[in-house]
Amino acid sequence: MNTIFHIATHELRRLFKSPLVWIIFAVVQFLLAIFFLLILSQFVDPAAASLFANYGVTEIVVVGLLQIAGIILLLITPFVTMHTFSEERQTGTIKLLLSSPVSMTELVLGKYIGVICYLFLLLVLISLMPLSLFMGTQLDLLQLLSAFLGLVLLASSFAAIGLFVSSLTSHSAVAAISTFGILFVLWIMNMAGSTGSEHFREILSYLSLLNHYHNLLDGVFNSADVAYYLLVSAVFIILSIWRLNDERLH
Amino acid sequence: MNKEILISVDHVSRYYGNDCAVNDISFSVHRGEVLGFLGPNGAGKSSTMQMICGVLSASTGQITVAGHDMIESPKAAKMHIGFLPERPPLYQDLTVDEYLCYAGRLRGIGKIELKEAIAYSKQRCGLTDTGKRLIKNISKGFQQRVGIAQAIIHSPAVVILDEPTSGLDPNQILEIRELISELGNDHSVILSTHILPEVQSVCDRVLIINQGKLVLDESLDNLQQDDQITPIKIAFRQPPPLDILAEIEGVMDIEQIGNHHFKIYCESEINTINRITNLAAASEWQLYEMIPEQDSLEETFIQLTRGESQPLPDEAGEGSV
Repeated sequence: MNTIFHIATHELRRLFKSPLVWIIFAVVQFLLAIFFLLILSQFVDPAAASLFANYGVTEIVVVGLLQIAGIILLLITPFVTMHTFSEERQTGTIKLLLSSPVSMTELVLGKYIGVICYLFLLLVLISLMPLSLFMGTQLDLLQLLSAFLGLVLLASSFAAIGLFVSSLTSHSAVAAISTFGILFVLWIMNMAGSTGSEHFREILSYLSLLNHYHNLLDGVFNSADVAYYLLVSAVFIILSIWRLNDERLH
Repeated sequence: MNKEILISVDHVSRYYGNDCAVNDISFSVHRGEVLGFLGPNGAGKSSTMQMICGVLSASTGQITVAGHDMIESPKAAKMHIGFLPERPPLYQDLTVDEYLCYAGRLRGIGKIELKEAIAYSKQRCGLTDTGKRLIKNISKGFQQRVGIAQAIIHSPAVVILDEPTSGLDPNQILEIRELISELGNDHSVILSTHILPEVQSVCDRVLIINQGKLVLDESLDNLQQDDQITPIKIAFRQPPPLDILAEIEGVMDIEQIGNHHFKIYCESEINTINRITNLAAASEWQLYEMIPEQDSLEETFIQLTRGESQPLPDEAGEGSV
């Protein structure tokens, strides 16, 4: 347990030593601030009032913003996870880890928790914007919680997928691009089913990362959605452990 | 030799796909021993060392470290090992202290002992004043020291160093070599290198590995004793005929290796050398060079690693490696 903690804090410390993650903080905040401003000004515009007649501020502004936050997360997570194993392998530092009394499970979990901690910090910063609405109005607290939970779960599954891809290669850029490709396909999977049979469509849209997120954003807390994200994270963490164990053998 | 066995490597092989990098190697390392691991590039040195450290798994065979099997209880086995790979595993953007702290934590050193362990390993590796500097800003020699410091931070029973002096300047090589000799006092050390004098200056025992096979496992003392008939390279400006030299008392064998150069194998070195110099002076052969070829290890190495695939050239083949 201790070892996992040390690997996680080391990972986090190394992330913050690189300028990349600070830039990510800044860029994400900047982009979301623009979207926040746009959505909010649209919402308060009297001319558009009839459009939003049946919806509250939480449904329009908060959900709208978090939807975009999900997409931005999809774009930036590959850059956070690409270093985890690729860089260690490229610089040879992975040999320090492999020759230390550390199991693969501890190693992967430590790295995963490190990355997750960074992403959660990012999510805290993101959530400050919708929370600032409390200064002027009332928000649907439960929907807000459900939406935040969705974002947290989404980030966790993205990180697990990124970690696994990073364990496959020794080139950070290859890891980043591949992670992005996989995340994107999982995201838009439900669109691909538009021509197939009913069952096919159902399976694809169930597998899509997007659909489950939408449910949570809408305030529909279904344990199946939560289980889906936890399962995706667990599967890719286990695959990473397998992959690293396998690497020593071949 | 009846000291406790710390590492035992038992019929270990390693395949990369269909290529056999290490082929059925067995040896053991005793407590307090400094073992020199020699071999040409690509002979399987690094693979063997990485298998002992658990970085790679052996395809077949068994490795035990301090009684713990590397496959069955890797954590217990790795506690006793400090490893410096060929390229030191350093995080360039950390300071020396931060890095050693992480390395210590990975090896399970507690919070209280950690400070002491870092100070001690820094002091041993001459890093006392570099703790606050970023690793990327210190010289290559110091980076190598940091690499050694991380390998000894948890006072392991065995320290494994893979080519610790490659790429360093001669002064740094000397310093690292001194450090390794010092380590040999309280740790067992396995040292891989292709610099032969390094082995002679610091090791107790030599292993030579060629094309994945162990071809020599001998203590350095034995190796040097084996070779009591040392050849002497000798050169005259006015060389006498070969048979006159061959008749000198004490000369066992002689071969001409150039117009002016001879290689003489003699029994009791000093007496024979005296006789040759006296005779040379009396007969005006103009002796101008006389070099005893002490490098028995080098000869053994060349013989064993060139093997049948590349036979020694008949003439002037000496010292070309």
